[in-house]
Amino acid sequence: MLEGYRGKAFETLKSLNVDVGDIIEIEKNGIKVEGILMPSYSEDDSIVVVKLDNGYNAGFSLSGAQVRLISKRLRVDQSEYRENREKGEVRIISTGGTIVSRVEYETGAVRPALTTEEILRFAPEIQEIASVSAEILFSILSENMKPEFWIKIAESVKRAFDEGHEGVVVAHGTDTMTYTAAALAFSLIGLPGPVVLVGSQRSSDRPSSDSAINLISSVILAKEAPFGEVVVNMHGESSDTYTVAHRGVKVRKMHTSRRDAFQSINDKPLAKVFPKEKAIKVLRSDFIKRNDTIKASPKFNQNVFLLKFYPGLRPDIVDTLIASGVRGIIIEGTGLGHTSTDFLEVFKKATKEGIFVGMTSQCLFGRVNMNVYQTGRLLQQSGVTPLGDILPEVALVKLMWALGHEDDLDAVRGIMLTNLVGEYNTRHSLDLFPRWDHE
Amino acid sequence: MSEYEKLGLRVGLEIHQQLNTGHKLFCDCPTLLDETDGGKLERYLRPVVSELGQVDTAAFFEWEKGKRFLYQIPQKSSCLVECDEEPPHPMNKDALALGVAMTLAFNGQPIDEIFVMRKVVIDGSNTSGFQRTAIVGLGGRVKDVDGDISIQTVAIEEDAARKIEEGQDFVKYSLDRLGIPLIEISTGPDIRSPEQAKRVALLIGQMLRLTGKVKRGLGTIRQDLNVSISGGVKVEIKGVQDLDLIPKIIENEARRQHELLKLREELRSRLDKKQFAERFQIKDLSSLFASAKSRLVQSELRRGGIVLGFRVPGFKGLIGRELMPGRRFGTEISDYVKALAGLGGIFHSDELPNYGITKEEVEKVVKELSIEQTDGFILVVGPKDKVEKASSVIRDRLLQAFDGVPKETRAANEDGTSKFMRPQPGSARMYPETDIPPIASKSLLEMAQKLIPPSPEEKLKSLLKLGLNEEVAKQILNSPRLDLFEHLYMKYGGRVSSMVIATLLENTLKYVKSQGGNLDKITDEVIETLIANVYDGKINKDSIPQILLEFSMPDAKETLSSIIAKYSKISDDELIKIIENIINENKEEIRAKGDKAFGYLMGKVMERVRGKAEGKRVAELIKQVMQE
Repeated sequence: MLEGYRGKAFETLKSLNVDVGDIIEIEKNGIKVEGILMPSYSEDDSIVVVKLDNGYNAGFSLSGAQVRLISKRLRVDQSEYRENREKGEVRIISTGGTIVSRVEYETGAVRPALTTEEILRFAPEIQEIASVSAEILFSILSENMKPEFWIKIAESVKRAFDEGHEGVVVAHGTDTMTYTAAALAFSLIGLPGPVVLVGSQRSSDRPSSDSAINLISSVILAKEAPFGEVVVNMHGESSDTYTVAHRGVKVRKMHTSRRDAFQSINDKPLAKVFPKEKAIKVLRSDFIKRNDTIKASPKFNQNVFLLKFYPGLRPDIVDTLIASGVRGIIIEGTGLGHTSTDFLEVFKKATKEGIFVGMTSQCLFGRVNMNVYQTGRLLQQSGVTPLGDILPEVALVKLMWALGHEDDLDAVRGIMLTNLVGEYNTRHSLDLFPRWDHE
Repeated sequence: MSEYEKLGLRVGLEIHQQLNTGHKLFCDCPTLLDETDGGKLERYLRPVVSELGQVDTAAFFEWEKGKRFLYQIPQKSSCLVECDEEPPHPMNKDALALGVAMTLAFNGQPIDEIFVMRKVVIDGSNTSGFQRTAIVGLGGRVKDVDGDISIQTVAIEEDAARKIEEGQDFVKYSLDRLGIPLIEISTGPDIRSPEQAKRVALLIGQMLRLTGKVKRGLGTIRQDLNVSISGGVKVEIKGVQDLDLIPKIIENEARRQHELLKLREELRSRLDKKQFAERFQIKDLSSLFASAKSRLVQSELRRGGIVLGFRVPGFKGLIGRELMPGRRFGTEISDYVKALAGLGGIFHSDELPNYGITKEEVEKVVKELSIEQTDGFILVVGPKDKVEKASSVIRDRLLQAFDGVPKETRAANEDGTSKFMRPQPGSARMYPETDIPPIASKSLLEMAQKLIPPSPEEKLKSLLKLGLNEEVAKQILNSPRLDLFEHLYMKYGGRVSSMVIATLLENTLKYVKSQGGNLDKITDEVIETLIANVYDGKINKDSIPQILLEFSMPDAKETLSSIIAKYSKISDDELIKIIENIINENKEEIRAKGDKAFGYLMGKVMERVRGKAEGKRVAELIKQVMQE
């Protein structure tokens, strides 16, 4: 196969019966190089990419060059995917992302390494912690995650507990991990053990990856943590010292690239995990305990919308949403929970039609309070429901789930205002806000 | 035929030179070394899956117990990229263009499309666990009196973090140096003598300097040497900072390989590998040393350590064989044990009794290990797990002696010898840096054309045109401060002559050093300040040596500006006043001197204003005053 090649280079290589992985020779301007043909992602279709003896890749333009096939590639046996679905103490469910993957040094390709054997080879310490079994559910990029996949993950988690596992680890891309965490948290009731979502911010193909430490501490949590909750477990600081288990409905990715990107918002994490010492430090006592009456109810109605208000946003967008058949809207309002008063009419219209309209804040930290200013009161009179300190994305997922179970506006409102799994925190202490260094 | 031709010496150079770019190779931090405190990081690195291959779990755990890496995060010169907390920014074009320019200067071929690679390095010197590197050019040559030397590759890569401290279980680095662009120029193995290696290194160093785009000072240029002789193997010697050491290091390495080959022949005449393996024996001798006098042995035993004895068949007299000045075959084994098992070293039969180990103890060891005619023995002391690890290391190194010269990477010592650092990596541990798209060198050609260094002859001509005499021009041409000279001339040449600047850089600094001045204090900024003051007419050029001396003496406390103030030029008005005063004070003498009065007066005035006024101007003013 001539991966990535087009046009001139493709024609030349094809006519010589050369494939990616074959050894070729290029002679140009008196310089001769030999190397393995690599896939090309060049914009220039005359470029041929070769891995030289010394391991470097280099691109050569074929104009004025002579190419010769030296030898065909030796086929490398690709180890097959094998799943070990036999019962262990901890089940690892893979959904994608780069938390566990391996590099083929020969071609430089990165491919997922998700079988039990591969996971154990990647992080052998896990054997000292628990017997694990692995399931490869799918391999999709985090940004391509959809509610139908949430359902599959929820079912798979339930199955793992039904088989008698003590805890479940879900390997997931980090970008939308918190949406999945919220979806699982609302769908799974009476969890017999922790469901630990874990990912990596530095891909596992590099020696400095955070994935091994995150994965090891996730297995520790899944086996030993006293809670039956969905948590997100990632680095607690930039150093490789400990990870933090955040409640799945109170966590957000707050940095594009740092290892400690995930932070609890309006809440404290449930536990710290020290992978070197293989120890858990539980940070609070009000967690949901392990239970043995697991029920899964993963039903989601996707006819919802997350509306971020900004100065100049026109109310007719809401008319469009109503016309499109939306069943619920979460507003990410300003400050304590506001939009411009221009929206009063459209929100009144929406709620009259049985559409749920809920208010969260784009401040993220703190809760909405729609009694302080006149606008907030008017919005409430138009039917907008204040949602306390629920994070906007969590409110959206919760609304999908609520609408998946109820149609009646009052019933939906009732669900949205009930604290189900710790998503709605009514007490904020002074220390629930990060302080940046100013000097 | 020279001695080295007979040995079949072949040497290749790898020259690494830091570039003086405005920012680092993969981020926007300045290329500065800095000590400002911006916090600390603690990290671990682990080999990636495919690299582990068949390594068993036990070995992995051994490795896993390994080193903790601590990083100091300097505030001014590092950001999230150095902390491995942010993907690399697009590659620095200035650095790439310089790589292309050097390729063109060698008459080599720029790579059409440049790919950044990750070279796996897990000693902690790169926070990512790999060094980013890209080949930008292939081929070309440099001329040497003994024949052309081929250039294999020109690469642009990032410098590693700076090691600050190393402890039992940790290594501490500063992130300031990490990411500074380096150019790496590799020659073919065409060099045939130690002196030629130095010449070629000098030549390439000069070409780099002539671009005006490289850093200077200690640690900004490093040479690696690839040395082999016939029958030996290519051994890599890393980190040679002093050019003058190159010939000595090569001589020593050639000798080491030659001695190892001779040692192999002697060994083979005594026994073969199989016989060695059969008679090789390891025994716990802790009880034998229970009441030993050696402090080292005692303290290790008290801490629960053990003593292992090795019977080493056939090695009698060979372990003590000198391979390089002051370094024996036993030293080589010791280095392996230090590097691979983390122990202090070994004792062996060719050096004992010594180091507190007595004759009686040696006799007991000989008996206990049943040492016969050509057998030697080795003793290792330390914690049980490390000593056990050392035993396989020792056995392997002894077996390699039957094959000759092991393939290894060595580190240069300051005395011109070298020591074992690590085995050479097998297949290249390289894979693509997926965070950076390939770069077409076409887009760099225009920039590169302007950076091609002139030939030394051309450069000399242009220096002569600036008004330097030939001697000084040659000095400047070979000076590491060439770029500073050009910078100062460009900026101040209008009113300060090229000779004044060059003399300051080449002669005055040497003079100040010879008088005991500390040149570290005389930074580029200090030099520029002085030239700027001459330019502004505030100080006299003749006062520069005195100012620098006062500023750089070990006990000097005055600031530069206060010293400069002391030497600031006297205005004409003040000068006239002084002249008039002196005339008034010495009226009678002047009258008496008659025609000779001028000379007398000149002497008196200069005595008072030396260093603050130019003689020529003083003479003019005296004449003016006398006429009046």
